Parts: sequence; C-alpha cells; structure tokens
Amino acid sequence: MTMKRWLSHSVFRIYAVFAVAYLLLPVGYTLAFSFNNGGRSNLVWHGFTFDAWTHLCDAPGVCESVQNSLLVGVLSTLIATVLGTMIAFALGRYLFVGRSFTNLLIFLPMATPEVVLGSSLLALFLNLGGGLLGFPGVLLAHVMFCISFVVVTVKARVATLDPKLEEAARDLYANELQTFWKVTFPLVLPGIASAALLAFALSFDDFIITYFNAGSNFQTFPVFVWTSNQRGIPPQANVIASLMFFVALAAVIIAQVNSARKAKALAK
Amino acid sequence: MNAPVVPVPAAGVQAVRSTKAGTRRRWTPYLLLLPGLLWLGIFFIIPLASLLMQSLQTPVPNGLAGQFQQTWRFQNYIDTLSQPNFYNAMIRSFTYSFIATVLALLIAYPLAYAIALRAGRAKPLLLVLVVAPFFVSFILRTIAWKQVLGAEGPVVSTLQALHLVQQNFTIYPSSAAVIAGLTYNFLPFMTLPIFASLDRLDTRLVEAANDLYAGNLVAFRKVTLPLTMPGVVAGTLLTFIPASGDYINSELLGGSVNTTMIGKVIDSRFLVLSDYPAASVLSFTLMSIILAAVWLYVRKAGTEELV
Repeated sequence: MTMKRWLSHSVFRIYAVFAVAYLLLPVGYTLAFSFNNGGRSNLVWHGFTFDAWTHLCDAPGVCESVQNSLLVGVLSTLIATVLGTMIAFALGRYLFVGRSFTNLLIFLPMATPEVVLGSSLLALFLNLGGGLLGFPGVLLAHVMFCISFVVVTVKARVATLDPKLEEAARDLYANELQTFWKVTFPLVLPGIASAALLAFALSFDDFIITYFNAGSNFQTFPVFVWTSNQRGIPPQANVIASLMFFVALAAVIIAQVNSARKAKALAK
Repeated sequence: MNAPVVPVPAAGVQAVRSTKAGTRRRWTPYLLLLPGLLWLGIFFIIPLASLLMQSLQTPVPNGLAGQFQQTWRFQNYIDTLSQPNFYNAMIRSFTYSFIATVLALLIAYPLAYAIALRAGRAKPLLLVLVVAPFFVSFILRTIAWKQVLGAEGPVVSTLQALHLVQQNFTIYPSSAAVIAGLTYNFLPFMTLPIFASLDRLDTRLVEAANDLYAGNLVAFRKVTLPLTMPGVVAGTLLTFIPASGDYINSELLGGSVNTTMIGKVIDSRFLVLSDYPAASVLSFTLMSIILAAVWLYVRKAGTEELV
C-alpha cells in the first residue's frame, strides 16, 4: 500500500515537472533570444551578445510603444480598479433590485471574444467619425474589459470577510465610515491589489482589441511586435518582454512570501 | 469566473430599514454601481448595438470605399454567411478551439491535481510557474513556438536525428501547429480554475468512497470529478471563448488560407478592405453562436456559480 502510494505521488510529481517544463519552454526561448546577435531577423540563433540590453531604445519604435503601453496600462488600471471595486462592494454587500442584471452585465464582456469587443467598439468609433481612434479609444476599451476582471477578483475577497470584525468595530462605537476605512477596506485591500495587478497585466498584453482601435499612429508594445513581425522583430522586443517577466515574477513572489509571513504571524 | 461566488450576498449584508439612514442606504448600491455600469453600457452595450446596425448597412450608391448607409438590409446575413471562405473560417475556428480546449483539459486536469493534492511544499512555487507564461508577451511566446517547432528547431531536428521522420518533414505551418499553439497559450486559463476547485476539495469524501470499497477510478469518477466540475466549466469557457476569436496563433503558426480563423477574416474585412457590413455580420454571428453555446453548456453542466 505504501509502495503504491509512493508510486502514485511520484507519477504525479514527474508529470507536473514535465508539464511545467512545457509551459516554460517558450518563455526560455523568449528570454534567450534577447541575447541573440541576430540583427534584423531574430528567429535563428547567431551568437551571444548584450547589445540589445545595452542599446534598448536603438530599435526604432520599441521604447515609444512601451511608453504608450505603460501609460495606457497605468491609467486603465487606476480607473478600472476604482470602478470595479465599487461594483464589487455593491454586489458583495447589498441586496438590491437588479442584482442578477448587474451580474450578467459583468459576465458578458468576459464571455465575448476579443475580436467582437474590438470590432464592435471600432463600429461605434467609426459611426462617431473616427476621432476617438488612437490613445483615447484604446484607453476607453482597456478600462471596459478590465472592469469585469476587477469585480470578480475583489468580490471573491469581499465574500470571505468575517462580519464579526465589522460588528466588533461598531460595538466599539466606530461609525459607518470609520468602520469601512479602518476595518473593511484594509481587509479587502489585498484583493484590490491583486485585481489591479491582473488589470495591468491584461492591459499591457492586449493585442486584438487594441489593434482594432489604435488607428494608424498609435502603437502599444504588442501592436509594435505584431506589425514588425513581417520585417523581423528586433531583439530589443525580447529584452522588454524579459524585463516585464522578471518584474511580474518578483511582484508575485513578494506577494506570496508576504502572505505566508502574515499567516505564520497569525498562527503564533 | 473561477471565484467562489455566493448566490445571495455574503454575511454582513446591510439590512434595509425605513429610517432616514435606511433611505440613504437603499441608494448606496446604485451609487456604487453607477459609474462602472455606465462605462460598460457606453463602451460594451452601445458598441454591440452599433455593430448590429453596421451589419445592416449597404454601400452608398456611387460613394467611396468605406461609405455606407443604414438600409436595415437583413439579407446581408444570408449573403455573407453563405460565402464558403467565410463559413469555412467560422467552422474552422470552432473546430480548432474545441480540439484545443479538449487537449488543454486533458493536460491541465492531472497538472492541477498534482499541484493541489500531490505537490506538498512545492505547491506555491508550481503555481507561480504555471502563471509565469502570462508574464511574457502573448505574441512573443507564440513566435517562440514557431522557433521550437520550426525546421531548425529542437523538435524537428530530434525527430530527424532519430530517423523517425523524413528530412523534409515540417510541423508548421499546419493546422496541428495552430491547435498546439492555442492549447499552449490558454493552458494556464484551464489549469487555474481546476486547481482552485481541487484545492477546495474535501479529501475526506474521497477517503470515504475508498472505505466503501470504491476503487480509485470509481472514486474519481463519482466523487472528485463531480465536485470539481465548476472548475472544469470555468476552465473550458476561459479557454474556448478566447481561442475561438484568436488569430495570432493561426497567423503565426498556420499562415495559409487553409488555416485562417474567423478573427483574421473580421480583422481584414474591417481594417484592410473597409467592408464594414460583412465584418460586422461575421463578428455579430460569432458572438451570438458563442453566447448560445455558453448558455447551453452552463445549463447542461448545471453550475449556477459562474455568474
């Protein structure tokens, strides 16, 4: 029996190692090719160099597109996180007429393919004369598709709150606002933070919706990569992807270590 | 979508009283909802109406390319959808994403099981590694697959060195490569919700089944699988929906007329050919089919937890 148990554990562990290796293989390729001495076409390995890392902005368009992506990402994350958190509190805290309608309206954008979201917004912008295409159109679109993901993430956190903590605050003569800002909000904050990270990641990596609404003069990083694919993607694009990868990885690991430490401190 | 969502509001719901504070409270949820729902109304619902209207337009007589007028011509739907290259691309999209979803489920379930129930202390690390591909640009990691599967990549050269395939064997461009790309790119979306429901699974129920002489397979089929269905439903939706509209994989790993997916057709009708009505017909049809399929699937799977 123990032998059998050991075997079953090992089989699953070996499988997990293989599956994760499969997941990480293209990531490894992307990182490795940031050191490629490939020149224009970065598809075949030519030799190791730090050139792309030290001359990050030399490839035309790379740094501008990253700037645009960061700007859209930060602004849409801020707006979507505020709007989405408000909706999450309404859904998690109140009984009201129109709840199921609201839930449906939150669910629908997540159940609609990006190409439909992108093309329908383009249809609207074209009907309005096309003036919103470019930065404003992309920002409006990004906020729209991020809201639902923020709502779902924050709502899950609101649902796990222990109501006793708020009762305790009220018993100690905290008024409604004090209870909210001193007890409820800090407890929900980790959920809001992960929602914001998710929104930023979605916005930064979005291609299809952005491509439909970017017009001809506005490029985000994914749009830059896509349009330069024909003549060859410069290794600088891989450097940007590598940098993003390590920043995101660090953020997730710090968050995990932090919550593990808090859990330990509570257990003591 | 994978989050545990309660059908009635969580504990601590504010009771509505007919006091002055109660009246104020009655309006609080609506004030909280207003800005966000307004945004969704203006930039999600109105565009869909706009798309529907655009799909019923016809060219302005003697007008320039890209000039259309609202003539409410429903015949547009029949004209567009009866063109073989359009309906073939639509059917192909659903076929590819269906196969990719099944493959992703077969890969992801054991992986999620291993992480949730067999990984021990490696659990948090493995979870981070599963999400890690998201941190690298979608397009760049698809191009990486092009390199892996390409004629000079490790897969083909290994197969050739082992004399398993002929010298001129290639993997991409092909339908198989597109499906492989779709399966890979949405695998974390499949794994995470299944992991979440396996992680919540009360393993004592499986032990009870074993105590009642259910073999491991029977226990899995009768206990584990039904209890993790919400995760499976969420995972398959999160894979199937984006995969069916995607065209990055089909363009980079397929790239021929025989692998074109509907997203690319909508893209080029809209952005290259300025054929807005046909593009809108295809886009609106794609959405309608997916929403109908999702509705049927969620009803059949019997999970109300999603919305």
